[in-house]
Amino acid sequence: MLDSILFYFFAGVAVLSAALMVTRRNIMHSAVFLVTTLLAIAGIFLQLRAEFLFITQIIVYVGGIMVLFIFVIMLVRLDVALHRVRFRLQKFVASLVVLALALELVVILALADKLPASLFMKESVAANHLPPNSEALAGSLFSSYLLPFEIASVLLLVAMVGAVVMAKSRRRSEES
Amino acid sequence: MSDTSFQNATRSNETLLGADELVLNMGPQHPSTHGVLRVKLKLDGERVRGAECVIGYLHRGVEKIAENRSYQQFAPYVDRMDYVAAVSNGLGYCEAVEKLLQVEAPPRAKVIRTILTELQRITSHLVWLGTHALDIGALTPLFYCFREREEILKIFEKYCGARLTTHAFRIGGLQYEAYDGFEQDVARFCQDFERRIQDYVDLLTGNSIWIGRTRNVGILSAADCIALGATGPVLRASGVKWDLRKAQPYAAYDRYQFEIPTGTNGDTYDRYMVRMEEMRQSRLICLQAIESIPEGAIFGKVGKVIKPPVGEIYHSIEAPKGILGYYIVSDGTTQPYRVRIRPPSFVNLQALDKMVRGHLVADVVAIIGTLDIVLGEVDR
Amino acid sequence: MTVLLQFLETWWVQLVCGVVIVAVVPLIAGYVVLVERKLMADMQARLGPMRVGPHGLLQPIADALKLLIKEDIIPRDADALIFWLAPVLSMTAALTSMGAIYFGPSFRVAEDINIGILFIIGVSSLGFLGIILGGWASNSHYSIIGAVRSTAQLVSYETAGGLAIISALLLSGTLRVSAIVDAQASNHMWFIFMAPVGFFTYLVASIAETNRAPFDLPEAESELVAGYMTEYSGFRWALYFLGEYANMIVVASIATTLFLGGWLRPFPNVHWLNWIDLLPPLVIAAVGAYCVYRAGKQPVKVQVWFMWAVALSCFAIAVLYVLPWLVQPLRFALPGLNGAFWFLLKISGYIYIFMWLRFTLPRYRFDQLMHLGWYILIPLAIVNVFAVGVALLLEAEFGWNRWIAMIVTTACTLAVSIYLVRLQDKRSAAASSATAVTSDSYAG
Repeated sequence: MLDSILFYFFAGVAVLSAALMVTRRNIMHSAVFLVTTLLAIAGIFLQLRAEFLFITQIIVYVGGIMVLFIFVIMLVRLDVALHRVRFRLQKFVASLVVLALALELVVILALADKLPASLFMKESVAANHLPPNSEALAGSLFSSYLLPFEIASVLLLVAMVGAVVMAKSRRRSEES
Repeated sequence: MSDTSFQNATRSNETLLGADELVLNMGPQHPSTHGVLRVKLKLDGERVRGAECVIGYLHRGVEKIAENRSYQQFAPYVDRMDYVAAVSNGLGYCEAVEKLLQVEAPPRAKVIRTILTELQRITSHLVWLGTHALDIGALTPLFYCFREREEILKIFEKYCGARLTTHAFRIGGLQYEAYDGFEQDVARFCQDFERRIQDYVDLLTGNSIWIGRTRNVGILSAADCIALGATGPVLRASGVKWDLRKAQPYAAYDRYQFEIPTGTNGDTYDRYMVRMEEMRQSRLICLQAIESIPEGAIFGKVGKVIKPPVGEIYHSIEAPKGILGYYIVSDGTTQPYRVRIRPPSFVNLQALDKMVRGHLVADVVAIIGTLDIVLGEVDR
Repeated sequence: MTVLLQFLETWWVQLVCGVVIVAVVPLIAGYVVLVERKLMADMQARLGPMRVGPHGLLQPIADALKLLIKEDIIPRDADALIFWLAPVLSMTAALTSMGAIYFGPSFRVAEDINIGILFIIGVSSLGFLGIILGGWASNSHYSIIGAVRSTAQLVSYETAGGLAIISALLLSGTLRVSAIVDAQASNHMWFIFMAPVGFFTYLVASIAETNRAPFDLPEAESELVAGYMTEYSGFRWALYFLGEYANMIVVASIATTLFLGGWLRPFPNVHWLNWIDLLPPLVIAAVGAYCVYRAGKQPVKVQVWFMWAVALSCFAIAVLYVLPWLVQPLRFALPGLNGAFWFLLKISGYIYIFMWLRFTLPRYRFDQLMHLGWYILIPLAIVNVFAVGVALLLEAEFGWNRWIAMIVTTACTLAVSIYLVRLQDKRSAAASSATAVTSDSYAG
């Protein structure tokens, strides 16, 4: 019972925040509502017993990516950028995407009784009885998925170095 | 006070070449400009391209007032210029008028004047050290410096009744005899002071953060100093060994042995070291002086009415902040025709533009602090 | 209705602890401010707050009341929602992250989360959003720049701090808070002795994390660019301020748990030192006795009563500590009480180091700060993680004694750090000699 209440709370917050996010005129408000959406989703992860994913969502997504978004919003002159973007088909593409998602939802709900119940909701368990999430993740990451892990880290390194190089060369070209 | 927006909005100035320059205003009300000084910084991103000082917020018309006061009446006004080092202002003025009158203060007066002036030099440098360290972020030296300064101010209060604007000297000598226990008080202070200077050295001199904030910051070469007219510790830190106490001795300075500290680079760290060493040397002068204060009169042959002969005189002394000069023109009446004061801070401040070029905005505060300016003197 | 009762029945302890945290921590943070002011005064040869209450003990209450009744000023073009949200977010992040801290073997809000340390770090990093939103919402160019600088500083030092934590986590093998402390108990040694470089790195990183001196340029008074807190006054500012001090407590708790043995007493497993367990009540009773001694010297009657009240509460707490020794059925509370005492003592020691450094050291300039973080601290932390890993590997694969392996690798890490610092000195000396310019004063 409590689980349902918590789930509906998190889900409600997520849906409401997402709706507010896309309808706000002020872009900073949208960013803040995106933050609340992500936090609510993190709560749902926790309910699904994926505590590592929960904290990674908070650290990486909210604490890293959203901070980056907010930096960009603050430091980029948006009125100039907005005038340049003239994508006329935006409404059409958005309706297509919504249609696809709705179709997906309908299919899932129709086939709901054919899917195992444990896929949708798990009973809550005391936090210290959860299956050790981080250890299992680490174990598979460093044994079976070692190569993709290393490739991903090299990719991140390349992206970081590239960003530094691009920023430096722009500053040098500004100075000259 | 510290969280009010003390900067105005910035404007973009188009220079002749069409490049954009940002002007940042460090307004008259600022915790770190040591008074009401307005500095307009021309910025290029983070780097400072130049600084323009707007002064005059503390102008009180002191030189004009002098034209309507008698020579003795003007003496207290002189204290209020460099209010941190009032005694040396008084020394310069009294000696200038004595030179005009062609009288000399008796030896006892000269020695006591020297002791009090050297104590005042220590106080001025202590105030400088405390506030400069505070600007750079060290919170504690300020309180230690003011604790030492308190002892000296007590000596001044016992001597002449005032702590800050002392009016300690009179034209022709001294009014007050050194009180009983004067030598003991000064000796006790000098004995304690050596240990206290070590406290400041421990806190700051070897500290890598302090060195990082002050080394190579605000470099002023010797040629620049001489061209700009900078004097005092600013000049000596750039390597020029010029101190009026040795070059043109006044009061009783020719009697005592002391060193003139100089620096090599002319950066903020060197100015810090020079002033620290000057405090030590002042202490030595005081110790030597109280050994042998000559007996005798304390007031020379000066009548009640001072009417100097027609003429003009320029007399300068080594004030804690630099060379303080008085140019007095007399027209034979009891009131001077013109008193022009050459304040060290006013001339030193002109070097600010040269010193801040190429530095970051955060260094400007350190550079203003290292010049050791007092706005009372800059604006008069 | 039954759902509510069911909920309360299972979760009442956590609810009470949560309420205690939200209600009590701001008060404690206020008293930490008072302690800081008194310590600062002591190191500066003066007395600090003395008037409000005996020895200034009621000063935080007076300050809180003053801030509460101040006029609420919002800049004209500021975004009201975000202006309101930012300090709330900052404070909430700090308080929520306290939920997973074990103040003793049994004092906590959240159950023993499997990702304990990661939770604390992750949720406290939500405070960055509070800073950056606060700077933006003030609608002042300089607040934004101050906020951006502050966030850049926080992010850089968070990396270094995280790497330092990893070195301790390697030693404990788990993220779970209670298991980390148990690992230190079973190793018979706090992790600070096994990974001292990690502790030092975390110390520096946590000072920068909480915007304390010498890394407090973004919020310094005498700098040109005003910080993100400029436009906040009254209680909003108090929220930021308390968030900063709550963050200090969180960071001290992390360091204590990971490096200083958490709630373990010194020498936890040495039996002949068991009498150390008697120290907590004695120390508290001694504090109470000192209060009684000072009570006689207070000038005003009200202050005398107040000191007596403080003394009596100290004695009450001491009695609470002694009771389980005397009353057998209450023995179960003993580890909890002792653990809480040692934990709070260690947090206080860590925060004392913060304050000591604030009063002693000048401030780093921003570029020097970033230089220190990226050029010195992060490489040092990376090398440290590598070194600790190598030490563990040596112990596991080659059968080395853990101590010898640790000492060897720590020596290597220190050698690398000395090399890094020397390299930086050489580079900065070269840079400064290159900028020595002769200029013609008469030109232009």
